[in-house]
Amino acid sequence: MNFSEVFKLSGLLCKFSPDGKYLASCVQYRVVVRDVHTLQILHLYTCLDQIQHIEWSADSLFILCAMYKRGQVQVWSLEQPEWHCRIDEGSAGLVASCWSPDGRHILNTTEFHLRITVWSLCTKSVSYIKYPKACQQGVSFTRDGRYMALAERRDCQDHVSVFVCSDWQLLRHFDTETQDLAGIEWAPNGCVLAVWDTCLEYKVLLYSLDGRLLSAYCAYEWSLGIKSVAWSPSSQFLAIGSYDGKVRILNHVTWKMITEFGHPATINNPKIVVYKEAEKTPRLAPGRLAFPPPRAAAGVASPAETKYEIASVPVSLQTLKPVADRANPKIGIGALAFSPDSYFLATRSDSVPNAVWIWDIQKLRLFVVLEQLSPVRSFQWDPQQPRLAICTGGGKVYLWSPAGCVSVQVPGEGDFQVLSLCWHLNGDSLALLSKDHFCLCFLETEDRVGTAFGRPGDHT
Amino acid sequence: MGEWMTVTDPDLSSESKNICQYTSETKMSPSSLYSQQVLCSSIPSSKNVHSFFSAFCTEENIEQSVSYLDQELTTFGFPSLYEESKGKDTKRELNIVAVLNCMNELLVLQRKNLLAQENVETQNLKLGSDMDHLQNCYAKLKEQLETSRREMIGLQERDRQLQCKNRNLHQLLKNEKDEVQKLQNIIASRATQYNHDMKRKEREYNKLKERLHQLVMNKKDKKIAMEVLNYVGRADGKRGSWRTGKTEASFFLRNEDEMYKILLNDYEYRQKQILMENAELKKVLQQMKKEMISLLSPQKQKPRERADDSTGTVISDAEEDAGELSRESMWDLSCETVREQLTNSIRKQWRILKSHVEKLDNQVSKVHLEGFNDEDVISRQDHEQETEKLELEIQQCKEMIKTQQQLLQQQLATACDDDTTSLLRDCYLLEEKERLKEEWSLFREQKKNFEKERRSFTEAAIRLGLERKAFEEERASWLKQQFLNMTTFDHQNSENVKLFSAFSGSSDRDSLTMHSRPRQKKPQNMSNGSPVCTSKLTKSLPASPSTSDFCQTRSCASEHSSVNVLNITPEETKPNQVGRECANQKWSMASRPESQEGCYSGCSLTYTNSHVEKDDLP
Repeated sequence: MNFSEVFKLSGLLCKFSPDGKYLASCVQYRVVVRDVHTLQILHLYTCLDQIQHIEWSADSLFILCAMYKRGQVQVWSLEQPEWHCRIDEGSAGLVASCWSPDGRHILNTTEFHLRITVWSLCTKSVSYIKYPKACQQGVSFTRDGRYMALAERRDCQDHVSVFVCSDWQLLRHFDTETQDLAGIEWAPNGCVLAVWDTCLEYKVLLYSLDGRLLSAYCAYEWSLGIKSVAWSPSSQFLAIGSYDGKVRILNHVTWKMITEFGHPATINNPKIVVYKEAEKTPRLAPGRLAFPPPRAAAGVASPAETKYEIASVPVSLQTLKPVADRANPKIGIGALAFSPDSYFLATRSDSVPNAVWIWDIQKLRLFVVLEQLSPVRSFQWDPQQPRLAICTGGGKVYLWSPAGCVSVQVPGEGDFQVLSLCWHLNGDSLALLSKDHFCLCFLETEDRVGTAFGRPGDHT
Repeated sequence: MGEWMTVTDPDLSSESKNICQYTSETKMSPSSLYSQQVLCSSIPSSKNVHSFFSAFCTEENIEQSVSYLDQELTTFGFPSLYEESKGKDTKRELNIVAVLNCMNELLVLQRKNLLAQENVETQNLKLGSDMDHLQNCYAKLKEQLETSRREMIGLQERDRQLQCKNRNLHQLLKNEKDEVQKLQNIIASRATQYNHDMKRKEREYNKLKERLHQLVMNKKDKKIAMEVLNYVGRADGKRGSWRTGKTEASFFLRNEDEMYKILLNDYEYRQKQILMENAELKKVLQQMKKEMISLLSPQKQKPRERADDSTGTVISDAEEDAGELSRESMWDLSCETVREQLTNSIRKQWRILKSHVEKLDNQVSKVHLEGFNDEDVISRQDHEQETEKLELEIQQCKEMIKTQQQLLQQQLATACDDDTTSLLRDCYLLEEKERLKEEWSLFREQKKNFEKERRSFTEAAIRLGLERKAFEEERASWLKQQFLNMTTFDHQNSENVKLFSAFSGSSDRDSLTMHSRPRQKKPQNMSNGSPVCTSKLTKSLPASPSTSDFCQTRSCASEHSSVNVLNITPEETKPNQVGRECANQKWSMASRPESQEGCYSGCSLTYTNSHVEKDDLP
């Protein structure tokens, strides 16, 4: 595992281009575009104000930089560095900005969710979509970029509008049976839209592309409901994490629950492997990692090195007692992610903040639990293979694959606190972001081959 | 009663004794005193006694006392003491006989009375003790009664208290229920109120939003604008088309069409998947059925022999059904028609199988039971007996050994001076020597044999090596042959080639440079062929080591070998190698930032490829 040198960064704004060739990062007013392989600076754009959001267009030709405080968006072209575009929302303000999937339209949401303005880069035309709902996840594009679903609120009733992205025409408009819609998301095949209600009520509605209600699911009543939702990449499963600390998985044929994954704080089943991160005792057992990584950087010997140990069951995980009288209690399943091959599901229960649970979807059972020393901030699957990268806001990055797991210290002077991470498209490098720096982590191809051949069943 | 006898002091004079007797008697019951008096009076043994009784009868009043006694006795029913007087005037004479009779009778009476008295007294005592016992019992029972009464009162009290409590709790429950009801009502009303308020607020909010929107829009905000250097072309190359009133309808229709197409595609895809799944399941079902039939068929004959056996008929039915089904190959028909038949037959067979298995289980359990009942127990006893016997034998043997040892020691001790024993020993030694010689000769023979075998083995190994060499050569030639086949009859292995070409194509497209393109076709074919060939070879070699198979291929190879040599010229192979090298370079380029190992793996990959190519070349 090799690491690049450390570059400056602000606002955790660092993104790989969709074609995997470039890496854009922000430093205050400037956007730096680098080549992914050589890390040489290809372009440098200077914006009018501090950048708060960047986004690549789908064809990797443009970069959008949003400055919400100014209510402005600037767009830069990679092909023509002299080309520029500036969009000003004026007194209406700006709270969100994103590309349409064709990379030629920009959707700006104004303050107070008054409207969404659709700006075209091809023509002078501007169109408005009124009544967008202010919610967790109000806009969703299908993966093929053809359709956009938008949550709306009209006359105290939730609605969903489906637009055709090519000409922004309204295709379908239907009201949903939700009290207070919280989010919408298309299935990866673009034919089913999952709509879920606010956390006060457990309710998931599944709509067909043509607006028919396919199914409604409610696990329980009178208690806090859904916290997170994720589709499996095969569109076969819908995983719903809720405040009761369980993940429920619906199937795509009957839309009924297949199974329920509880997240108990003690693990008794001896079949489940529990990896526990432990501080390495200095110089006692240097090479005894659970999955020893060939260390390229020799000067890593920092005092806080850690390793994974396989804990013997029964294991009790550290739990957090939620504060009952505050809003947004730290309970329930806060994050869910399917692996790209849909074989695994990684979850994090907010009441057990140090643990990542990895479930085997083929066998529908718990497979592995990783317990970190500090709360897990985020995790992300390798886009190419079942390999999970985890960061906890410390100086290490953690990788899990069915073959085992590693904890790797990020080299460099001073503390590099990994707050966020993102994978490159082909899964051989990983961008690690800290508060004001970032670096790339290159993973060995040999290692990749090894884990790619290790099928999920091989691990005993 | 006899106490007074023991109490008396033997040293005392008779008088005092008597007094003592008397006084002691006085302590007794009055009746006994009386009897004593009577007794004493009746037996006047001494003068003293006589004088003692003088109070009643003295010398003077004999007449009177006699008459008195007579009177008394007659009143008690005794015969008169006097003789029957002949005349009234004559004085009546005292009849002694009568007196004695009377006395005797009195004495008998006295004794009887004494006995009766004793009886009565014992009875009295008994009754007294009974009385005591009963009194005790009575007291106890009374106590018990008292305690139970108290307990009852306590229980009653508790019961009352509990009832009271219960009543209170009921009351509380009722209150709580009321409370809950009230709270629920309150919650409901609050909820409705909240919802109502929310709606109102939202409406207001919407109004405000609308207003704000208007204000923002109407202000002619000059700031709301987009500055673009020049407009960009659409990603799909089309000209930007924005909806206009006219075309809107047609656009809408087209969009609808597209949407339905997408949906339809999805459904078709899913249907296909389901069909595939169904087909697979059907296959499994069929296989299971076949296996069931085959499993059941050997048993089926036996019941058939029995003719009347019900299971036999069922089996035959089932088999007929199965036969029909498989014959008509109804699997491809829609499920509805087949389903019932299929499920029925499967169910039948399943039932048969189940019953059969159950029967087997029963049999097994029976056998087990019987076995445990008879054989096992007996055998265990046998075991014990046997072990005992064996132990005994062991003991005996040990003793034997001991005695023998002792004997031997004695012999050794005495051997020095005893001639006979030494002689004996000598003859023993001779015997042993002879035996050793025999063994020695045997060993030599064996050694010879072993060496012979070793020699033959080494020879065989040499031969094997030679054969192996020959085989390697054969393989090389066969490989060539196969390769030739591939190149000449490419279409035969089109599938394999396709697989490979997909792989090689990607690498070629990435890596092959312009100069290799014109001659690309043939070498590519060749490179396509070779891995297929090797893969086939590696597959077939371990699987079929039989020589006949190999000979066939070899003969084939010899036929084509001449063509093979002609076909490939070193010129044609060159560009391919160049292309490969180029690919290698690209590989290493791409993997440079990652690590050295990535490059290495790429190299090793190409190395294996080139190795294969070398094999191909004549």
